[in-house]
Amino acid sequence: MTDEAGSKPKRILNRSTTKTPMREQAPRDRIYNFDEVPLGYTPEEAVQEAQRCLLCKDKPCVAGCPVGVDIPAFQQLVMGGDFEGALRKIKEMNFLPAICGRVCPQEDQCEAVCRLNKRGDPGAVGRLERFLGDYALTHDVNVTPHVDAPTGRKVAVIGSGPAGLTCASDLAQRGHEVTVFEALHRPGGVLFYGIPEFRLPKATLVREIEGLKLMGVRFVMNYPVGKAESLASVRQRFDAVFIGTGAGLPWFLNIPGENLNGVYSANEFLTRVNLMGAYKFPDNDTPIKPIRRIAVVGAGNTAMDSARTAQRLRPEKVYLVYRRSRLEMPARKEEIHHAEEEGIDFHLLHSPTRILGDEKGRVIAMECQEMVLGEPDASGRRRPVPKEGALKTFEVDAVVIATGQGPNPLLLADCPEIERTNRGTIVVNPQTMQSSLPDVFAGGDIVTGGATVILAMGAGRTAATAIHRYLMTGSAEPRPEVATDPDAEAEAAGEGRGA
Amino acid sequence: MGNRIVTARELAPQTMLFEIEAPHVAQRGQAGQFIILRVVDHGERIPLTIAGRDPARGTITIVAQEVGHTTHLLNALRSGDEILDLAGPLGKATDIPTGKTVCCVGGGIGNAVVWPQAAALKAAGNKVHAIIGARTRELLILEQEIAAHCDSIVVTTDDGSYGRKGLVTDALRELLSSGEKIDEVITIGPVIMMKFVCLVTKEFGVPTQASLNPIMVDGTGMCGACRVTVGGKTRFACVEGPEFDGHEVDFDELMTRLAFYRDEETRARQRDHDCRLTRQAERTATPGKP
Repeated sequence: MTDEAGSKPKRILNRSTTKTPMREQAPRDRIYNFDEVPLGYTPEEAVQEAQRCLLCKDKPCVAGCPVGVDIPAFQQLVMGGDFEGALRKIKEMNFLPAICGRVCPQEDQCEAVCRLNKRGDPGAVGRLERFLGDYALTHDVNVTPHVDAPTGRKVAVIGSGPAGLTCASDLAQRGHEVTVFEALHRPGGVLFYGIPEFRLPKATLVREIEGLKLMGVRFVMNYPVGKAESLASVRQRFDAVFIGTGAGLPWFLNIPGENLNGVYSANEFLTRVNLMGAYKFPDNDTPIKPIRRIAVVGAGNTAMDSARTAQRLRPEKVYLVYRRSRLEMPARKEEIHHAEEEGIDFHLLHSPTRILGDEKGRVIAMECQEMVLGEPDASGRRRPVPKEGALKTFEVDAVVIATGQGPNPLLLADCPEIERTNRGTIVVNPQTMQSSLPDVFAGGDIVTGGATVILAMGAGRTAATAIHRYLMTGSAEPRPEVATDPDAEAEAAGEGRGA
Repeated sequence: MGNRIVTARELAPQTMLFEIEAPHVAQRGQAGQFIILRVVDHGERIPLTIAGRDPARGTITIVAQEVGHTTHLLNALRSGDEILDLAGPLGKATDIPTGKTVCCVGGGIGNAVVWPQAAALKAAGNKVHAIIGARTRELLILEQEIAAHCDSIVVTTDDGSYGRKGLVTDALRELLSSGEKIDEVITIGPVIMMKFVCLVTKEFGVPTQASLNPIMVDGTGMCGACRVTVGGKTRFACVEGPEFDGHEVDFDELMTRLAFYRDEETRARQRDHDCRLTRQAERTATPGKP
């Protein structure tokens, strides 16, 4: 026995080189329902997994987390069975653990830098986070964070997706009066309309958002700012504004036949099924056309969500068509794995050239050009180039285009005065998320273009810190001259050099 | 907490006019813009054009014809009832010129939109002609309301039961041949009607705005269900429209796209019908007997 083992027997016992497995619905069952696929840990499994944590002093995983959750600290609490304490520890930094535990790309973040990677699997941070988030929701544990005394300052948050929700919770915690405006009839943004039920149950999302309401955050639904009220008017009514309106504008491929009946943007396909519940038609009123054979174009998380959603609508065949190779697929590994398990037929190195229709204007086939990988392009990925004379036609009656989204146009069309990039995203100071208008901040996909939920949450957090500073001092920038202790001064100077 | 209906009035068979409380839409809505509403929680989001608004009372006017399940639910509501929610105003407002001569050409339920357009045109100092059509007399709506804002109005019915027998395009051709200079035509109605209106105005070289009514889901530029081809380019009617240069619109594609969910619509309507029969049967059944 080593000294280390002697001093901390609890976490060295049973330390496995692999993650504690999480039970899942079997593929043959789950393709017939919209229920969640991974079933979550039991308390015993959670403790067993937490015991694998090395409790590193320098905590590389915390640096790997966009919102800085103290991962070893919460795992230590889980080891001792103190789930409520662990939850409280997470919620210091992340108010939406049940969501993040499910949708964050942990393998590229906290888990990527975990020291356990040297001996096997990293710690299953996401699974534990999900366990704790669900524990709170199912055990009625009240972990609403302490809310500071009211500051009398009012903040408008436009868009109720991950960036807006995070920003709202952080600001409410600091005593500001927060109103969230949402254009659709449900709060959550992409978490509601985009991410399918089998990956993030709507009930989980709704309960996490209820927590924000308990902190005093007000939600105004069906209120598309830019249309229902001008941004200028909102700016007059509020002391600061956060824009988190996301990347809602679907891109199409600009190939012939794209307006045939049966061609959907991923947004339309997912919105019909997730937000409007079209899979329950006619009990729900919004329909989705019955599908026999469908092709999903793209290989990001949205494409995987679309393909797996399509599979649950019971077609004969679901193809996933992507112009690059497996190596370049942007989706999370776990999503790709789930899609393959569920029988999605991947056709890599195929680039759609046109969609063919019948005399009624309905899709009957999609023609693709076979590709081979050439030299690396500007993104560093090998550029796909056409393989001479190799065309392949897929007989399908539906096509979903899931190749990306641009910034949501609704609000920005109303306020030309905000500086934007040539891609249409809002220009911000990355340290403060402040836009060209001093009282207007922005974050999430409206700044980065289509990215991930957790990056949007991180941006919401950064913005909330700067908005708080702006409201209390008049400047969003940290001011080194007001620092009173040497450490803070050094830190501020360091930030200055970095900027 | 929904939006309360303060007035419900039958304009024609299966066609209702509603005034609904929606203060911010009443403040900001312009002619040509629309709202998206839901009647019930599991319901569809459907777009309806704003036919009028009263900022002081905080109400908007919409006109709905029963064509599907959702309009069936909506049109069963009466004053004092509530719809679940609505969002708006959405889309771009009609481009209203000043000091011009403009002809509004409407058909069927589209005449509900001619009403605010004629009012806005008149208020901006234009000379306003209107040609409004319906299949038959009892389906004609809002004639008086529209006439109040027009320098001239011609009514046509397909069967000749009221006004002139014939199509709006006949009356339009006559007006354009009459020697009076018409600077612009604005048209709204069934797609097939708008298509032929645009063919006529193209012949006469008169710029024409057509107000399109594609299928929408979110109505905020997010899904693209409403895409239409205008001048060879794909446009989203919900954010870039709903009005486009009628001479550039691919009306045939729009008609095809509008027909996509017809089977599902029929299925939902059949259920409405069956429900009604069940309710009738329940009402007529004598209690106590099997």
